[in-house]
Amino acid sequence: MTGSLLFQAIIFLAGAIICVSIAKRLGLSSVIGYLLSGVLIGPYVLGFIGNEGEDILHFAEFGVVMMLFLIGLEIEPKNFWNMRKTIIGMGGIQVGGTMLFSYFLFTLLGLEWKVALVISMAVALSSTAIAMQTIKEKGLMKTTFGTSSFSILLFQDIIVIFMLGFIPLLANTDGSTSTENHGNTNSLLEQLPLGFQTLAILLSVILIIVAGKFLIVPMLRKVAKTEVRELLIAAAFLIVFGISFLMEFVGISPALGAFLGGVVLSNSEFKHELESTLEPFKNLLLGLFFMAVGASINFIVIANNPLKIGGLLIAIILIKALVLFITGQIFKLKLDQKLLLTFSLAQIGEFAFVLLSFASGLHILEQDQMDMMLVITALSMSITPIISIINERFILPKIGTKESIKRPMDHIAKSQKIILVGFGHFGSTIGRFLRSHGVEATILDHDSNRVDFLRKMGFEVYYGDATRLDLLESAGIAEAKIVICATNKISVSKAIGKIIKDKYPHVEFMIRTKNRYDAYELLNLGNEHVYRESLETSLTLAKDVLSKMGYRKYTLSKQVKNFIKYDEDSLRRLSSEAKDEENYIFKARIELAQQEKFLNEDLKRGIVEYDKHWDSEFIRKSLKKVQKK
Amino acid sequence: MKKILILFSHPKYEKSRANSILVDQIKDKEGVTFIDLYERYPDFHIDVPKEKELLKEHDVIIWHHPFYWFSCPPLMKQWIDMVLEFGWAYGPNADALQDKICLNVITTGGSKEIYCSKGTNGFTVNQFLRPFEQTANSCGMSYLPPFAVMGTHHLSKEALADYANQYSKLIELLQQDFTIENCAERFFLNDIPELKTS
Repeated sequence: MTGSLLFQAIIFLAGAIICVSIAKRLGLSSVIGYLLSGVLIGPYVLGFIGNEGEDILHFAEFGVVMMLFLIGLEIEPKNFWNMRKTIIGMGGIQVGGTMLFSYFLFTLLGLEWKVALVISMAVALSSTAIAMQTIKEKGLMKTTFGTSSFSILLFQDIIVIFMLGFIPLLANTDGSTSTENHGNTNSLLEQLPLGFQTLAILLSVILIIVAGKFLIVPMLRKVAKTEVRELLIAAAFLIVFGISFLMEFVGISPALGAFLGGVVLSNSEFKHELESTLEPFKNLLLGLFFMAVGASINFIVIANNPLKIGGLLIAIILIKALVLFITGQIFKLKLDQKLLLTFSLAQIGEFAFVLLSFASGLHILEQDQMDMMLVITALSMSITPIISIINERFILPKIGTKESIKRPMDHIAKSQKIILVGFGHFGSTIGRFLRSHGVEATILDHDSNRVDFLRKMGFEVYYGDATRLDLLESAGIAEAKIVICATNKISVSKAIGKIIKDKYPHVEFMIRTKNRYDAYELLNLGNEHVYRESLETSLTLAKDVLSKMGYRKYTLSKQVKNFIKYDEDSLRRLSSEAKDEENYIFKARIELAQQEKFLNEDLKRGIVEYDKHWDSEFIRKSLKKVQKK
Repeated sequence: MKKILILFSHPKYEKSRANSILVDQIKDKEGVTFIDLYERYPDFHIDVPKEKELLKEHDVIIWHHPFYWFSCPPLMKQWIDMVLEFGWAYGPNADALQDKICLNVITTGGSKEIYCSKGTNGFTVNQFLRPFEQTANSCGMSYLPPFAVMGTHHLSKEALADYANQYSKLIELLQQDFTIENCAERFFLNDIPELKTS
């Protein structure tokens, strides 16, 4: 038993790695790779997995659940409100229009109205996974096409919840059939009369919202205080699994619960941390989901009815494309943006699998209808990249505008972002000074107490480990202009510096360092903007001492500037030298030796004086010399 | 007795022989407020309300500075720009400085002979000081001719001490009822008979 489980895991992972690599090499979406590997290892081709495919599908649905949780996290109520017109407008037209046309299509084909309705619901949904991935890969998120797609997909993700809530109402309540398959699941919902089902759904939604506020966030804060990172990962999973369990217990989609949980937590300081923790798992589980889907494509169904399936596939894609084009037309998108929108969202999405199997479980759909729709869905997803390539290579160039024309978003300020890492005494001074000049920075900090406090003070602060690429990315480093590292941990500065050099070389990186030696190290790593925290303060103190000894304040303040310049120059000169020191272990001795060197140099140079302006003594001396000659 | 405000401005006071002697002579006199601007605002961040308060409290304003590149040091120009605000020092109904007495006390490296139409500098010191004169006029102040210590590079210690004494006498005169009429169209305040040392 254990052996076969391990064997299956090996098959899945190997299949994924091979097929996704090939798909990527061919410039196709990774989704295609996953689907393809599912098909290959599935019962109809290589037959490595048989009926277990369904169990795996069930497990892999966690990928979809997590994706919805993460989408929920994205939707801060504030952002949602700002985008409400495009989300509801474009999304509403797209979903409504597609449902209407496909409902007519399927009733014309002679299906029962309930079946036609469920299928048209499934058809109306596009693939968030495919579309968002392509948009992000091509860097089109900020175009009108990008925002339009995002709005429509978001609307779909929300509407799917209502669909999932609505489908049970269509169920044939003969009683006898419905308990047959689900007799051993603990579904509360199925034991309830219809009216109470809706009530139970409402109650569980309210329960999630309340628990999110008063249970989950306080719990996360307690966990964060322990500073054990694994615990936070565990907590993230606990949230997702807990909500899923509750939803499954009630008998509605766990995805619905996860989405709501995400929305509830989107305003908390743990948003980015949760996002970056779950992101890799989500992708892998989604991959597994796609593989399971691929494995469950029934090729016998295709072989039995190739014409019907091919015809339906084309008809559905045409309907979706037409509605999308009209939507773009109504919202006055330029032709190129409209075509991109039309072709990238014309497929049926992964939620169709969820909807269809849900409806099938409730015996609304017959097995053959479901098999057919599953095949069409998988095929429509598979040909999306091909359609996109045709659009980009053959259609767009003809209409004269290229997809690479990027329109700036309405709010340009956001693209001039500043990320501030570390909000201790040093960082907070920077943050406050910036803020008092109307410059807001996205703040990352690792102290959950401080994060909590600062959020109460109205700062945009996020909890998390800033050395992680994914956290920096979710904090928006791709669009950032400057990253300030105000922590005194050199390991953090080095890690962030490396990320910026490797991935985001356009971002300016400004670093606080504790001392000269940290500064050497950072300079040698190719960081330009290094700020020693002790330099200015110690010189201010020294300046005040000299002022008390009778030196003039103006002269001293100029001398401080001179000294800083001289010291920065020497820092840069000596940084390469310091690296050559072999006995780095005897740091104290080296330090002393170097200090001695500096002091001797200073003594030789005397007072750091660069300018002779206003110096009548100097002028008098020079005049005397001239006269003597 | 009139109250006198001396706004002294020298970026390298500690290296200035002439100004040291001049300042030592007058800074502790009764009724004189001596302000060293470069000591007070080393970072050029002038406390405008405080400066306005000081101006209000005094009757005679002296801009004491070396003459360098035919003008005053940058901090003094900064002081003029920042402190003499529109609506307070000048402009409609602005009369904070009305009828106060104002003058420049300057030291120049170059001699009197250099500062004339035939000299290397082409113009007289008074001509170079026109902006200050008009600034005072715009603020409704009565502007007196300058007190100038010229050719400082070649002046002996004794000569400088003499100037310092004149400066001290001038302060005493200004504390009395000395007005523009008493100047009798002199070029320099140094030339008025009252300052002649016996």
